[in-house]
This record gives sequence, structure tokens and C-alpha cells, in this order.
Amino acid sequence: MIGARILLESLKKEGIEVIFGYPGGQVLPIFDQLYDFDIKLILTRHEQGAAHAADGFSRATGKVGVCLATSGPGATNLVTGIATAYMDSIPMVAITGQVGTHLIGNDAFQEADVTGITRPITKHNFLVKDVKDLARTIAEAFYIASSGRPGPVLVDIPLDVQRADTEFIWPEKISIRSYQPTYSGHPGQIKKAAKLISSSKKPIIYAGGGVITSGAHLELKELAEKIQAPVTTTFMGLGGFPGIDKLFLGMLGMHGTAYANHAVMESDLIIAVGARFDDRVTGRLDDFAPGAKVIHIDIDPSSISKNVRVDVPIVGDAKNILKQLLCEIKKFPDTAVWLKTVENWKIKHPLTYKDDSAMIKPQYILQQLWELTKGDAIICTEVGQSQMWACQWYQYLTPRTFISSGGLGTMGFGFPAAMGAKIGFPKKEVFNIAGDGSIQMNIQELATCVANKINVKVLIFNNGFLGMVRQWQELFYKKRYSYTPITSPDYVLLAQSYGAVGILVTKKEEVKPALKRAIETKNTVFIDFRIEPEENVYPMVPSGVAINKMIEGLA
Amino acid sequence: MRHTISILVENKFGVLARVAGLFSARGYNIASLAVSETLDPTISYMTIVVDAQNEKILEQINKQLNKLIDVITVTDFTKKEHIDRELVLVKINFLPKNKPKLEAIFNRFVGKIIYHKADTAIIEAVGDQDQINELLEELNKFGIKELVRTGKLAISN
Repeated sequence: MIGARILLESLKKEGIEVIFGYPGGQVLPIFDQLYDFDIKLILTRHEQGAAHAADGFSRATGKVGVCLATSGPGATNLVTGIATAYMDSIPMVAITGQVGTHLIGNDAFQEADVTGITRPITKHNFLVKDVKDLARTIAEAFYIASSGRPGPVLVDIPLDVQRADTEFIWPEKISIRSYQPTYSGHPGQIKKAAKLISSSKKPIIYAGGGVITSGAHLELKELAEKIQAPVTTTFMGLGGFPGIDKLFLGMLGMHGTAYANHAVMESDLIIAVGARFDDRVTGRLDDFAPGAKVIHIDIDPSSISKNVRVDVPIVGDAKNILKQLLCEIKKFPDTAVWLKTVENWKIKHPLTYKDDSAMIKPQYILQQLWELTKGDAIICTEVGQSQMWACQWYQYLTPRTFISSGGLGTMGFGFPAAMGAKIGFPKKEVFNIAGDGSIQMNIQELATCVANKINVKVLIFNNGFLGMVRQWQELFYKKRYSYTPITSPDYVLLAQSYGAVGILVTKKEEVKPALKRAIETKNTVFIDFRIEPEENVYPMVPSGVAINKMIEGLA
Repeated sequence: MRHTISILVENKFGVLARVAGLFSARGYNIASLAVSETLDPTISYMTIVVDAQNEKILEQINKQLNKLIDVITVTDFTKKEHIDRELVLVKINFLPKNKPKLEAIFNRFVGKIIYHKADTAIIEAVGDQDQINELLEELNKFGIKELVRTGKLAISN
């Protein structure tokens, strides 16, 4: 069997039915095999779109997403997508063609040292130099991508290896001596954590993407209810705890709710579950939660004590550890007074905006979207103001319903990621919350959507600005709007020219009917919402201050 | 502070680049690096010496090293008992009449002459870094033409 075929048979063994990719000179044997193989390739219009689509597929389904590109520019176009997946710990396998082994290092046509380029942005990568290693390498790639703290793995396959012939031997079991992730928590540490919880008066649960990765949402809810602790999530943790639960405080950090930030700062115990105390969450580190002890549950030892000092580190899988912890907590803390305090913050500092303008407010659109879907949808986002509003003004009820580039903050991610999510869940309504800046970064994927009948609904919050940068310029650079005003095409005509549906919305009363129409339309839909141009995202923690020193403007 | 870290890794291409990348990405210069196969030819042993101003960053590097798929174990010798040695080859100006002087140095310090011709001698020395540095100071009085050091090797005791 030739290498190209071995690759596809291996993908099939891994349960892969759909991959995202783009052909080219150094992957011709693979595409030739794909021609009549029962794995479907979604042909994107840019390799970056393929990487984000594989990522979005993975975030929505929890399965490993696969993308495929040719050598050189094909592979380098994947780079942003791989880095995006890496920062958010998304399991993905990227397959790239490479020039023949005899040409490697010779500056051959469309040659790039892709394993070198992607070394710092992959969990691991491989250059396969012998076809005999191919099946095993693919099996290892999937194992590494999906185990421990997940992440993208790249496999670079030279052209001659794709053509070379060998027997297909699939390794049924993979074990790597130098890679043994820890899954269950150390019992002694769990006992210590349980004691801290029992003796706390003002505990708060701070949950991150690890809850979603490990599927620990039910255990998390049980813990919160048993110990009656309020729950805040990171951006990556949205959906890990029901957004309408009375213990839920919303997201914390730079654009988190004021009450979540106050609660963290005033707490005496932070129970961190699958979160990494990133700088958008902690604000000024020296001032972060001065009175709190910290229990930190994470599968990645390098996340622990990286930013914040930790009293009880527990390395392992969040679901396992929460289960262990639930058995271990003998005495539940009395948090009635604490919950009352938190409730008062909720009343005193609600999430709010002024709905007084003739223009459409972005928050209003999201409220209407919530009214129509009640959480039964997958919400993808681009990056910037629209993304932050989507965190604040829509409630995520279940894991994997909020898909967005957190760590890397990649503009142009949302649209292709929405495609991938829709492929994963064809019957679910999938929206992409976009700004007029971000949507223009991967707008070519309209063709992919229409050609493959991937009916995603793109809501463009069109304010004529690169809004988040403009907001910073307004607040910290004396309103010198340097290169942030941005023009757009006529999105209605554009959508139509691709064979999709475009809707223009300029009035508040048109918002809900337009959303309804989009949901009812069996096609890709672009809605061009003309929103208040200088609306800001509040609350906001300026950089370098404590997270309870928020700007809570209403404008 | 100067740290000596030893790492057991899979003996494969690209592993050194992964290890080195963790230091370079944080702007840390590797002061010395020694790599070789172990008794098991599938495993290599690396000894890395690095100056780290920030202990927290070094702890992070250690954890990141452990995270690399091809890394089997990481040992930071800074707080562990160990023996370390370095091999140095020094080419110096040589006059036959200076031979007794050199012999006297080798009696007090480490080192020996392993080659000499009309005006040049090559000295080999093995020792810990202090011993090597002392020797080099003495040899410099004759004029050092060329110098190569292996960097530190360390083993726990």
C-alpha cells in the first residue's frame, strides 16, 4: 500500500469522516487517493480557513479535527490556525506535504521547514522520512493531540514517502515512554483541598477551558451546589457552567462582570479548575485576590504556580479530581453571608448598557439572539468588541456552545470555525458573531459555505471601526483614531454574489425579524447590522491595575 | 544564578532544537551544552548550563522541558549533590626551556601536555570549573593561542 493510502486508512482507523484542506503539488498522491475514498474533504478557499475549520469542528464535537495542506505556502498558511489551536489546547492534527526527502534543505520549489516553523506552536510535530513509520506516526499524532492537555500536532510527509510502498500495519495501542500524562489527582492533595474548602467562608470557583476539555461540567455543578460557592468562568470556560444558574457570576477579568471580579478579589479561597490565571484574568498580579488561598486543579503542571502562588496544587484531569474531591469533602462551609454579599454586588454593579440611541446597540442584538435561541445554538465569534459582547450578553448553557479564539485572539477565526462546527452538528443553528474588521479576514470562506451547503449565520456588528483598538485609542490615546476607521463592501451584494443571502439591518425593530429570517433561511446568511459606531465594551479593567478597579461606563 | 540541568531525551533528530527553543524563546543564553548517546543508543543525555536571573522563569523552563514529548527526565543539579567536570584543550606558546615551569603547574593544578612541536604545545585538562579556570590563568602567562571547552558534564552522586 502506498504512503498516501496508508495515511487515509490511518485516519479512518481514528474515526475521521471529514477533513478540511486544500490541494497542491506536494500532496497530489494524497488527493488522488481522496478522490474515491470514504473520507470527505471540505475544500476551503484558503489553508488558514481549513485550519480554523478543523479547530472549530474539534471545539464543537470534542473530536480531533484534521486539516491538510501542501508544502511551503500551503503549510505556512496553516500556521495562524495551528497557533490558535495551540493557545486554546484544541486537539487537532495538521497534515502537510513536503518536498521529496532528497530535496529537503535544497530550497526546492515550495519548500519550507514546516516542522521548524511550527515547533513552538504545536504540542509535537513529526517529519516522516520512511513510509514504514507513517501509520505509527499518525497513531501517535492522534494520541498526543487528544491526551493530557490536548493540542495541535503536525505531521509533515514528503512526496516520495506518500508514493512509497509498504505493508499497512496499524498499531492498536500507543504508549510513549517519555509522555505519561497524569489523570488522577494525588489523594493527599485532594484531602488538603477538601479541608481548605470546609474551613473557607468566602469560596469562589474559577473554572476554565479544562472543564470543557475533560467534560467535568456536571461534577463542577455538583461541587458548586454542595459547597454553595459562586462560580465564575474564564473566557474559555464559558458553557462549562450553566449561564442562567443563580450561582453563576459570568466571566471574570478584563471584560468580565464587575461582580465576578469583586467576588474573586474579596474571596478567601479560589478553587481554580482547568484555568491558568492568564493576564487578562488576573490584572495586576501583585494585587490579585490578596486574602485568598488557592487550590489549583490542572492537567498541565507547567500551568501551576506560573503566575499566581498556589497553596494546594493538584495535577490531573478535572473530571477525575472533582469526583475525588466530592467524595472527600465531609463538612460543607456555611456561605450564606458570602452569597448575600455577592448578590449585593450583582445588584449594585449589574452588566448594563444605555439603550437610548436611535442606532442599534450590539448588546441588544445578542439579547434578541438569546430570546430566539435560549442557548440552543452554537455561538462562534471573531475577535474584538463583538467577541466580548458575545461573552457578556448571551448565556451559554452547555459546554461546546461557545467557540472563540481566546489565547491567541485570532481575527478571522470565527467564520471558518463556524463552518467546522456546523459540519460537526449539521442540525444545530450555528452563528458567527463578527465585527466588520474580522469578517473581512477570512471572508473567502463564503464560497466554501455555499458550495458545501454549510448554512452558518454570520451576524456582522458593523460599526465602521476596528472597534476594540478604537476603544483603547479613545480611552488611552486621546481619541486619535489611527487607522481604525475601516470600510466594508456591501455585504448584502457580496453575500448574493457568492450565492448566499444578505440582509441589511439599520433599525432596532428590524433586529429580531432579521434574526428570525436568518434562522429560517436554508442558506448561508450574512446580516449587516449597522450598530452604534462608538459603543464601548464595559466593564473594562485597564491594563496594569487590579481587576476590581474597573471602568464601569454606560455609554 | 548559574544552573546545571541534565536531560534524558529520545535520541532523535529535532530534539535538540526543541530543547534549545525553550531557552531561546525566553531570551536565555545557553552557557554550555553537552550532548551524547547513553548506553541505550535510543536515549541521549544533555547537560545544559544556563544563567537564569529569574528563578520563576527557570522553574517554568524546567516544567516546559518535562512537557516536551521527547524528554524523558529533567534534573536540575543546582540544589542536588552532584559531580561535574569539564574537558579543556588549550594551545599555548611553547619553548622547551619552559617545560619544567609547566610541569610545576601541572603538579599544582590539573592538566598535561598531550602534544608539542617547535613553538606550540597542546594541554589537556579535566576538572571542575574552578580548577579549569585556575589552570587557564596560569597558562595565560605563556600565551594562549586557542582554547576549546566541552562545557560541563554532571552526574548525581
